[in-house]
Amino acid sequence: MSQLDDLKNAIKSHLGELECVIGWEQGYDPLHATPLFIRTEADLDRLIIGPLAVHNLATYLPGFKGKKIGVVVKGCDSKSVIQLLNENLINRENVVVFGLCCDGVVSQRKIRAALPADPGFVESVEVGAQDLKISVAGQSATLKLSDVLADKCLVCATPDAIISDVLIGAAHTPAPAASLACQDEFEAKSDAEKLAFWQETMSRCIRCYACRNACPMCVCRDYCIATSRDPLWISQDNSPAENMMFQMVHVSHLAGRCTECGECERACPVDIPLMLLRRWMNKQVKDVFELQAGTALEQTPPLLTFKVEEERINERGW
Amino acid sequence: MERFITKENLIRLAEELTATCRVLAPVASCGTVTFRRFLPGMVLDMHSRMAAVSPKAATFPQTETLLTVKREIPEKKPEITETLPEGKNVVIGCRPCGARGKLIFNPVYETDKTKDPYYITRRDNTVFISLACDRPETTCFCHSVGSGPADAEGSDVLLTLVGEGYVARSVTPAGEEVMKSSLFADAGDKGKEADAKNVRARELMGEAHDYASAPAQLLARFDDMDFWQAQSAKCISCGACTYMCPTCYCFNITDDDLGLESRRIRSWDNCMSHTFTLEGSGHNPRPTKAHRLKNRVGHKFSYYPDLHKGVIACCGCGRCIKQCPAGVDIRQIVKAAQEYSE
Repeated sequence: MSQLDDLKNAIKSHLGELECVIGWEQGYDPLHATPLFIRTEADLDRLIIGPLAVHNLATYLPGFKGKKIGVVVKGCDSKSVIQLLNENLINRENVVVFGLCCDGVVSQRKIRAALPADPGFVESVEVGAQDLKISVAGQSATLKLSDVLADKCLVCATPDAIISDVLIGAAHTPAPAASLACQDEFEAKSDAEKLAFWQETMSRCIRCYACRNACPMCVCRDYCIATSRDPLWISQDNSPAENMMFQMVHVSHLAGRCTECGECERACPVDIPLMLLRRWMNKQVKDVFELQAGTALEQTPPLLTFKVEEERINERGW
Repeated sequence: MERFITKENLIRLAEELTATCRVLAPVASCGTVTFRRFLPGMVLDMHSRMAAVSPKAATFPQTETLLTVKREIPEKKPEITETLPEGKNVVIGCRPCGARGKLIFNPVYETDKTKDPYYITRRDNTVFISLACDRPETTCFCHSVGSGPADAEGSDVLLTLVGEGYVARSVTPAGEEVMKSSLFADAGDKGKEADAKNVRARELMGEAHDYASAPAQLLARFDDMDFWQAQSAKCISCGACTYMCPTCYCFNITDDDLGLESRRIRSWDNCMSHTFTLEGSGHNPRPTKAHRLKNRVGHKFSYYPDLHKGVIACCGCGRCIKQCPAGVDIRQIVKAAQEYSE
């Protein structure tokens, strides 16, 4: 039986006890998936998994307070579930986790760059084991999956869900986390070059807050300081400086909490490479606190604890 | 007036116009195409893809200063200066839907009772040189909302790609003025080719969806929160759809206070946001994302048409579908309301 059939059977056997199970279905065209809220067995017919099912569905979990629901997660998404549990933002007994052993998901941005015409004109997509056969604007293209995988998949150390009630698929041999070339290249730039880069990039930001709302760990939701009117912390002006200010608030609120699922960057309609900020911050957190968010149950983010003296910060020795 | 302009000359025209106007054009940066201020030397990207963000900012900027306040001494009466927009704008290379979108603003910002001087000044000083579409994207539905891939309404000049250049047709006197430039040549019999392309593009769009029953059917579902909760389940309540929409015109006004100087700014508001209708009392008539999405869909396909002679407040550009992080499809929501049976 295929992974998809296994998953469908597993969901079927739990559906009676759950409000719904969140998975994916085909979206507005053959290249895009969209979240699917499975309430009946008939809905299961639409369920898909695979490299096009990109969304981190854990984002929806805190919104279902008090209701028992199921969620389908890839390895990266399962880290968000763990982090939400660690911060008491969801209850373990209210979530049934259907974990996948994931072979990676695509980056729509990389697909766009690799296709002969804009994916807006996509006609059909055939997902193979190693490639995607895409017909777009009357032209066919075969893209190797390994060439269009999301950056996070290139360095993934947790392809299989690390927390699950049901684990679907064959487990992968664990690989050590690698470093990402584009991150290393960026960090090698001088401060002036980095500043110039962000000034140019942030001039594109439209402050739509898709990055914030797609983030499973951005749980202030309606009470975010970026949109508070009283006090008005951040100007509504969309100058590059104000836009960057919002992103810095965003990144610091995620210190020790960001699981690098990449949803912020994926959700951005103007392709701002927000993960450059996230990965940099996570590196600092790892160096100082030896912590990687979402990798172990019962760990608390450093900014949610208080110690008079941090073990690895020599405050009095300066 | 019908003329022809080569691709090279269109770039030259854009460069020439920068001397007297603020030119907005689709420019690619890090793989994304957005409308931005075009300056000589920049590379126009008119054909690779529809700009992620619409050219709305030409007539309705994301942020604009309405007035400035200066106080020399706190006790003294402050000096207030109104800052009406100045200068001329030209938008080059938008799709017809992007140009037409702004027409939705007119019955709102210019009525017998109210006239918004900021919008009206910008609108009257902005020329739209649009490019007819060759073929629809999977998210396009302009033909279902009373438009089409070569719709000239809202444009001043409509270009159609023919061979290595564009057949240019003036729509308004302002457009005719632009086309007086010597960069335009005689169109010869290229007009026929342009017509054929426009007809073909319309054919490729297939049958239009009929939204005639949408206003009444959406209103019939107004109190049905189960319907709206189901429709909005995957919405993450960000504002990407409204910000990229050429027809969304809601705004917010805030004061940027800088000590003795301050700026009153108007910025795009967004009905997906909690603060959109948050009242001073703390009460919010639209407390959940289901209420907010109902407002967005209802406004475009029901309340606005009811108020304004049946005109749907959507230009069918599909940006809200294409760029939605969760893949919410406004076409499906309206259709679900239209097909709903108890």
